[in-house]
Amino acid sequence: MDLGRGQFLKQEQWSGDVTQPILEIANLTKKYPGGLTALDDVDLTVHKGEIFALLGPNGAGKTTLIGAVCGLVRPSGGTIRAFGHDLATNWRSARARIGLVPQELSTDMFEQVQRAVAYSRGLFGLPADPARIEEILRSLSLWDKRKEQIRALSGGMKRRVLIAKALAHEPDLLFLDEPTAGVDVELRRDMWKLIGEMRERGVTIILTTHYIEEAEEMADRVGIIRNGKILMVDDKASMMRRLGSTEAVIEMKQPLTDIPDALSKYPLTLTAGGIHLRYRGGDGSGLGRAEVAQVTRHLAISGIEYVGIDIRDSSLEDIFVGLVEESA
Amino acid sequence: MGFNLRSTWAIYTRELMRALRTAFQSILAPVLTTSLYFIVFGAAIGGRMPDLGGVSYGAFIVPGLLLLTLLSESTSNASFGIYMPRFTGTIYELLSAPVGVAETLVGFVGAAATKSLILAAIILTTALLFVDYTIAHPILAIGYIMLVAASFSLFGFILGIWADSFEKLGIIPQLILLPLTFLGGTFYSIDMLPEPWRTAALFNPIVYLVNGLRWTFYGASDVNIWVSFGLTLGFLAICVTIITIIFKTGWRLRA
Repeated sequence: MDLGRGQFLKQEQWSGDVTQPILEIANLTKKYPGGLTALDDVDLTVHKGEIFALLGPNGAGKTTLIGAVCGLVRPSGGTIRAFGHDLATNWRSARARIGLVPQELSTDMFEQVQRAVAYSRGLFGLPADPARIEEILRSLSLWDKRKEQIRALSGGMKRRVLIAKALAHEPDLLFLDEPTAGVDVELRRDMWKLIGEMRERGVTIILTTHYIEEAEEMADRVGIIRNGKILMVDDKASMMRRLGSTEAVIEMKQPLTDIPDALSKYPLTLTAGGIHLRYRGGDGSGLGRAEVAQVTRHLAISGIEYVGIDIRDSSLEDIFVGLVEESA
Repeated sequence: MGFNLRSTWAIYTRELMRALRTAFQSILAPVLTTSLYFIVFGAAIGGRMPDLGGVSYGAFIVPGLLLLTLLSESTSNASFGIYMPRFTGTIYELLSAPVGVAETLVGFVGAAATKSLILAAIILTTALLFVDYTIAHPILAIGYIMLVAASFSLFGFILGIWADSFEKLGIIPQLILLPLTFLGGTFYSIDMLPEPWRTAALFNPIVYLVNGLRWTFYGASDVNIWVSFGLTLGFLAICVTIITIIFKTGWRLRA
């Protein structure tokens, strides 16, 4: 199945099952001895089969949140349940089903690729399965490099090895911490394809990314985090409906001195000495574009000439930047 | 889910493979160094030294030299084994896996101890080329060597977690363990020391280790053999307790 980016993971394809929470985080807090609060009363639920993107600026708490779930960070408070198991008491059962691809290229550089991946499978308690390891290595274009030491690989290939290691024990929940940071376009496309294939198999994926475009393209739901607090969690369409807007600039043939009375109900302003009639409104669901169309229609009927229209809807990035700046 | 045997095996075999990858440094180098001791102190100088308790000098130093290698190699293997994943960041995989303190210890410490036992076998075989010795209690000797290898591998594991630099990794083995071993009766009987040095030597825990092993070889010891066994077992128990606490609290392992 070809899952090229163009046909990849559109919102309507979301297969997440809201009746089956796979990860439930409640009141999670992490305070470091130095006083830094990396996670501040975080609540988050991720459902089976969904792709969840965690967006946030550097130092927001994304990696700490992943670390708390994966056992790398000791929470100061709160509870984490994965697959119905409380990680504080029944961590073995839960961790056996969780995979992690870390942000850093942390591997045993002197180990052979195939051995490193087989080790990961064994470490998670699964019997050796050379056929499965071969399948994973082939899917990541690593089969030809299987006998090479990891240190001999390029940065992109090393990241593939990390992904292969995380997939070796066939996790049901996979964390990808900045999976495409610093990788080339080809690997990024391969990653997206791979994530799509994993989703097809029912793997739930939680990823952090700096590429908002990536989150827009891949994620069923997006969480925005800043200063250890989750600012918003929603699916992209709902987020756009709630916080989206449309901005249009209508360039007039002649400067206007006032906004016509008939247009007073629309969120319009005059700028650039009356040359620009600026619209900013809507709700991200198409209302803005419809209103701009009504405005232009009215201008035409009223004989007010304009020479151009520049219109754009706000992106997830605009919403992200707005939310993050608002909470700063 | 209890003890995860597959995880343990994965850690154990990987650590052994790592030792094989660096066979020159981890196996050949200590064997060569110990052989030089046998040549210099056993074959060359030993021939001019009087027997000690009816044992030729060359044979007398065999248990001490074996212990010297066991202590340093067990400590450095285990400390390096856990320090390197911390240093390179690959520890994330171990921490995120469904393995606990038992699997981790048996895997890492078991591999370090196994390597020490392989080294011990090679050294004892090599020693036969230079000095003539016998082992009075071979089963007890094997048991004691295993006990010492396990104890100091555990100790090394603690060092590997405690150290936050390569310098720290070497401080205790080189500045504390090595001098104590040299002063612990490796090359002499503490009965040869004048007072107060003889009494002072009794405060050196390595004296009890050397004499414990020497007793299994020749049936004679400068100290009470049960004190030697008791101290070694106590040391092992303390190390296991410390490591259990480390894993429970996540000290130096989890942020």
